[in-house]
Amino acid sequence: MISIKGLSKVFKTKDQDVQAVDNLDAVIESGEIFGVIGYSGAGKSTFIRLLNRLEDPSGGTIDIDNQEISSLSKKELRLARQEMGMIFQHFNLLWSRTVEENIAFPLEIAGMPKEERKKRVDELIELVGLTGRGSSYPSQLSGGQKQRVGIARSLANRPKVLLCDEATSALDPETTDSILDLLVDINAKLGLTIVLITHEMHVIRKICHRVAVMEGGRIVEEGDVLDVFLRPQEKVTKRFVDQVMGDPDREDSLNLIKEKYPVGEVAQFHFVGERTHQALISEVSRKFQVDVNVLHGKITQTQKGAYGTLIVHLEGEKEEIDRALEFVKETSVEVEVAPNV
Amino acid sequence: MFEQLFPNVRVEDMITATNETLFMTFFSVLGTFIFGLILGLLLYLTGPGGIWQNKIANWITASLVNVFRAIPFIILILLLFPFTDFLVGTIRGPEAALPALIIGGAPFYARLVEIALKEVDKGVIEAAKAMGAKYRTIIFKVLLPESTPALISGLTVTAIALISYTAVAGVIGAGGLGDFAYFYGFQRSNFDVVFMCTVLIVIIVFIFQFIGDFASRKLDKR
Repeated sequence: MISIKGLSKVFKTKDQDVQAVDNLDAVIESGEIFGVIGYSGAGKSTFIRLLNRLEDPSGGTIDIDNQEISSLSKKELRLARQEMGMIFQHFNLLWSRTVEENIAFPLEIAGMPKEERKKRVDELIELVGLTGRGSSYPSQLSGGQKQRVGIARSLANRPKVLLCDEATSALDPETTDSILDLLVDINAKLGLTIVLITHEMHVIRKICHRVAVMEGGRIVEEGDVLDVFLRPQEKVTKRFVDQVMGDPDREDSLNLIKEKYPVGEVAQFHFVGERTHQALISEVSRKFQVDVNVLHGKITQTQKGAYGTLIVHLEGEKEEIDRALEFVKETSVEVEVAPNV
Repeated sequence: MFEQLFPNVRVEDMITATNETLFMTFFSVLGTFIFGLILGLLLYLTGPGGIWQNKIANWITASLVNVFRAIPFIILILLLFPFTDFLVGTIRGPEAALPALIIGGAPFYARLVEIALKEVDKGVIEAAKAMGAKYRTIIFKVLLPESTPALISGLTVTAIALISYTAVAGVIGAGGLGDFAYFYGFQRSNFDVVFMCTVLIVIIVFIFQFIGDFASRKLDKR
């Protein structure tokens, strides 16, 4: 869907040249939610703005749906942009227009006749869950509602790609989740390719299929969200993973567990995208003559299943415990017996 | 009572003078709005970061605006006599005051337009670009609507300056309340006439201010 080769952007300032994006390659598949995460100054914002040429690249090529974006003429670029939606951190709605009129704006730009426009706007208002608010002005809406208007507006011309520029960074955690749910919903319903940039690992974890970690204008690590969560290679990635998985109490817990449970077996279950055995613990205690006691852990849900670790204590006959552990090993859950600190 | 307080004020003369002032004000505000808006847009669009960014065009527009703003209004009228004569065919009467009023007012309003446009959220312009909007669409559907309250309050300030300009123009034969206050009031020592003219001008100013404030507030949905 999107293929990027050798993409570079240099900002020339009086004192020095700043290399915001540095020889970047990426491939984004059709229908996927591709997240780019990085700290501020990593170049992710420039990267997403290069995709619809709000910034002109200094070098490299961007191919979106077999169209070479970087070599389009002004007019062709305008038409190509009508097929790409974009939402922004600060929503960027026109305060002088009502919700309906804001959503109708891209349709006016595309030259849709008035009656059709009205119909399409009503559809979109319903899609983003703003029924009844059509004649409100943006100043009368909450942040989350404003972003819903932004999303409706970006989808108006049925784009193939949606670019999200820190779309949830100005929202509180609860509203962030509702907006993310809406994006997942849209992705599933419309089969839309979504490229989003963020500095919150939470956003990546919750909705992305693949993630790229950016630092210093380059993608330093890239892969399926789960793989990156599971085996972060780079230091910067580990820090991001810690944002959501960070577990500072683990060491203390393990020490206490060793003192408290001399009999039986302590095991660590590592969930790496388990889907079928989500209720693993109760399954184990039903199938085998063992008591399972959850001692410590954290599980989060990603688009590809459950991810996280649980430390459990198994009590019962030695053979029965071994059989139970064998069973767990047959699922995708990784098992570590008597984990070390 | 009225005749005792204002023995020299003749109502029909006052009405004529007021009408002339209103005529000059209305058409000069209209002309100033059109030319000032065009100049202000040029200043903004050719300025740094504007969609038609162009140093030379910006410099020429800015110089034009600055020069005409620097000339004192009374001198501007005298300077424009040949131009006015050519354009209107006379240098006397309310019509003849219009070229000088508009040329004096437009650069002033242009700067206020530029300030108003600079206040428009850059993100909104960027959003319009990302939607594939043409420059024309950005100007007429984003920049102007989003700056309307500031454009109107700027026009109110300009209109009030223009009302006082009409009085200055009156002294050199443009007619209106300024003319009347000077020739029939001051020169004949009829101070009741001067006072009456003042009251009428102040009322006109208040009306413009009220209309401007009201419209600006009504259109501001922020």
